[in-house]
This record gives sequence, structure tokens and C-alpha cells, in this order.
Amino acid sequence: MSPSAETVVDARGVRRVFDRAVLDGVDLQLKQGDFVALLGPSGTGKTTLLRILAGLDAADDGQVLVPRKRSVVFQEPRLIPARRVWRNVVLGSRNPRRDRKKAVTALTEVGLAAKSDAWPLTLSGGEAQRVALARALVTEPGLLLLDEPFAALDALTRIKMHDLVAELIQRHNPAVLLVTHDVDEAILLSDRILILADGSIDVDVAVDFEKPRRRSDPRFIELRTHLLERLGVS
Amino acid sequence: MTTSELVPPPVKKAGPALESLTARGRQGRLRNVTRTWRGRVLRIAVPVGLIVLWQLSSVLGWADEFTLPPPSRIIAAYQELWANGDIQAALPISLKRAGTGLAIGVSLGLVLGLFAGLWKIGEEIFDAPLQMLRTIPFIAVVPLFITWFGIGETPKLVLIAAATIFPMYLNTYHGVRGVDKKLIESGQTFGLRGWRLAARVILPTALPAALTGLRYAAGVSLLALVLAEQINAREGIGYLVNNANQNQRPDIVIAGILIYALLGIVVDVLMRVAEHFALPWRPRVAIG
Ligand SMILES: Nc1ncnc2c1ncn2[C@@H]1O[C@H](COP(=O)(O)OP(=O)(O)OP(=O)(O)O)[C@@H](O)[C@H]1O
Ligand SMILES: [Mg+2]
Repeated sequence: MSPSAETVVDARGVRRVFDRAVLDGVDLQLKQGDFVALLGPSGTGKTTLLRILAGLDAADDGQVLVPRKRSVVFQEPRLIPARRVWRNVVLGSRNPRRDRKKAVTALTEVGLAAKSDAWPLTLSGGEAQRVALARALVTEPGLLLLDEPFAALDALTRIKMHDLVAELIQRHNPAVLLVTHDVDEAILLSDRILILADGSIDVDVAVDFEKPRRRSDPRFIELRTHLLERLGVS
Repeated sequence: MTTSELVPPPVKKAGPALESLTARGRQGRLRNVTRTWRGRVLRIAVPVGLIVLWQLSSVLGWADEFTLPPPSRIIAAYQELWANGDIQAALPISLKRAGTGLAIGVSLGLVLGLFAGLWKIGEEIFDAPLQMLRTIPFIAVVPLFITWFGIGETPKLVLIAAATIFPMYLNTYHGVRGVDKKLIESGQTFGLRGWRLAARVILPTALPAALTGLRYAAGVSLLALVLAEQINAREGIGYLVNNANQNQRPDIVIAGILIYALLGIVVDVLMRVAEHFALPWRPRVAIG
């Protein structure tokens, strides 16, 4: 299988060893517009893989090909407290002042245009995470990496964030890798679900029924049961 | 617990397991107001009382005017110093000494702190020697500075600078090193490297620590000033004090000491105001 023109992520045989081989030959291909969810028990190396794809950590072995423009949203918003919200959104810009309009547009997309001059420490958790999302999308990345971005939010905010993320991703169309612990979230949002176990991708299933998906849909329930079984919970 | 499990009592009573927390109510609010006022009044009344007591001590003859001149004599001393222009001459000179020494020390401390904080090589070169030098009390090196630099203006400035390098260095260095690694990573994921990463993420985040260093250094500079002005000063507040001491004028000695104290307070307030304006993003930075 050779990477076709639209392949944006091509990782082969990725190894990362700490005290043990946490990743031991991971293969992962993403095409433009793919929305892939990565599940797996705690400590199996999901964050490790994401950090390697983000370029924050280097693999010990293997090949990793990723788009030059990548963005990450972590579990915490990681905004710079000493910079106003809009400056955080265009953090990587060569000329932030010139890009201020862009920042405000991105903030409008997440419904936070009014907070553009606020200081990050005055935002609520959900607002801060939306700013992080705006910051991740403002660069029009080819690859968006999400590491449990909704985990710290309350249930209501999380539902709203799901809709927001789905909508924004449809508009910007990057390849997305979403790390999550929440099987339902994975089924709701993604087109493909992977399970990482024992250092490699163990399960790779397509979610091929139409969106929006309902938790009461029999296909939903069947897939969830299957995934929970593979995760060792039933 | 003796209550039945099946039929809970309609109103729970305070007992060994339950505690009744009373609402503040009108009386409580009144008490809060009284407390606030008591605090304010006492804060002023106690110092005023002490000064009155001090004055009485000489009026009633408890203390010899020569050992402890009363506040009225000290006010008179200020009038005298002002009238013959001594204060107007001495204060700027002392301030300039402290300010120049502080500026040199703080600049050096800042540069070294940034260098050691941002670059591994800087840490490897400077941190160990500075940590060693830091343990030397600056008071102890005065005789050495006199033999090296004489008794002119130089040893005074060197002493103040030397004393202020360390608080600035340490706080800056730790501030830079202490920047959350996660924030640095988030800068890196958005393509920030090198000086841009430093300017946009590391330095603004380390600024509170650097300002704390500056505040300490400013305090230390006054301490070092007092000491430096003991080295054969021919002008400045220290000269006034030493001179008065030789002329057996304890009132002027105390007046001079109080000027040092006042400078300390002014510097601290100024630094707090500066912090307030330099760090608008920190929630609730208290002034004073
Ligand atoms: N820098 C590191 N040094 C040593 N061990 C590490 C390091 N980073 C991760 N590990 C180890 O690698 C393993 C995988 O960690 P990772 O954070 O990738 O797990 P995860 O799948 O993201 O878990 P979770 O679902 O709890 O977030 C863990 O056992 C962890 O202790
Ligand atoms: Mg993780």
C-alpha cells in the first residue's frame, strides 16, 4: 500500500520505548478529511502516539509523515495567561497584529468574539477550551490532533462541544485524530475507530452509518457493544 | 445515633453528628461592620499611642532626652536639617547611589538569569558559581571592597550592585525555568521556536517572578545603601547620620534612620504599583 496523493498522515512501524515498548510497530494512515477516533485503556500509549504525530516527541524507530501544518488541542486549554485571548489564538503567527481579524473570525466561529480582549484566567473551563479549538483551527491545519479535549468539561458543555467540533471540522476539513476514553463520543463523531492495545493498532473499524447518529440506533448499540468487548469491558 | 433508620425525625437536631450552621443575619452583619472598624481604628490608634508614650517618656522624665530624644525633638531636627539644606542635599545623593547600584545589579542579575534560564549552556556556566557566591553575606565583604576599591564612590556602588544581583538572578532564573512545560509545548505546536517562543510564551509568563526579584532587590539595595554609607561617606544620608553621631546629636541620628525607613516603604509601594500595571492578567493583584 503506497500513500496516495491525498494521504496526509503516513506512520509506519512506529516504536517508542520508555521502560517498556509502549508503541511497538504502530501503522496509521489518514486521508484528508478523515475523522479517526483512537480508543484504548489508560496507559497504552495514545498520548505518546499523538505527541509523536504532533512532533513534540520523536519515535525511536519507524517512519512518520505528517502535514507541516498541525494543531493540537489537549485536555487542558494551555492558553498563555499573560496574553489576551485573541493573541493566544494567533500565537504562532509571524505578525499577530496583522492577523487580529483572523483571530476574531476564529473566535466568532466558536461563539467567543466578545471575549477576544479578555485575559485567559477570566474564562470558564468550557470557554477556554473553545479558545483552544479556535487557535487550533485558525491556521487551517492539515492535521488536527485532539487529546481528550472534552474530558475536563461538564456533560452539558461536552454535548455542545461535540456539535461545535463536528460543525467546524466539516467546514475546515482537516484530517482529525481524536483520542478519547468515551466510546459513545467516538461513535458520534468519527468515521473510523481504532483501538490501541499492546503497542499496536488492534482494532480498526469503520463507522459507516450516516450522521447525526443517535445513541438509540441499533447500529450504534451494536458497535458500542463490540468496542466495549474489545476494550475488555462488557 | 439513636434515631430509627426507618422513620427519620422530621427536623434534624444538632447533636454529635450534626452541626447547625447559622446564617449571618442582621446581628452578624453588624458585628462584621464593628470588626472592620475596630481593625481600622486599632491600626491607627496603636502607633499613635506608642508615639504619645514616647513623647511622654521624656516629658515625665522616664528617659533621658539625650538617650532617647522625644518625637518633638526629632521633628525639630527635620526642620533644622531642612532649613540649612542638609536633607535636600543628602537625599538625592543617597537615592542616586541606591538607584545606580540597583540598576547595575538588577541588569546583571536579569541578563544572567535569562541566560541561565533559557540556555542550558548558560545554566552550566553561571549557575554553580552564582549559587556559591550567593551564600556569602554581602556585609562580610565590605573590608575587602575597601582594600580593592578604596573609600570613594566605587566601593559603595559595587556593594549595592553585588547585593542586588542575587535576588534578581535567582528569581529570574527560577521564573524562566518554572514556566509550565505544557505552555512551552503549546507554543511549539504552533510553530514557535527560538526568540519568538521566548518573547511570546516564556518571558511574559516568567515576568511575575522577575518582578518579585526586582522588588526584593530594591529592598536589598536600601539595606546595602545603609551599609555602604558607613564607609567613610562625605555626603548623603549616611554622612548626616555619622556626622550627627560624632556631634552627639541623637535626634538627627534618629531622623536619618527614619528617612531610611521611609525610603523602604516608598520603594515597596512603588514596586507594588508597578506590578499591578505590569501584570494586568493576574486576577486580583492587591495594591498595598
Ligand atoms: N516521558 C515519559 N517517560 C517515561 N514513561 C512515559 C513517558 N511518557 C509516557 N510514559 C509511559 O508510557 C505509557 C503510555 O503513556 P501515555 O500517556 O501515552 O498513555 P495514554 O494511553 O495516553 O493513557 P491515558 O489514557 O491515561 O491518557 C505509560 O505507561 C507511561 O507511564
Ligand atoms: Mg493520554
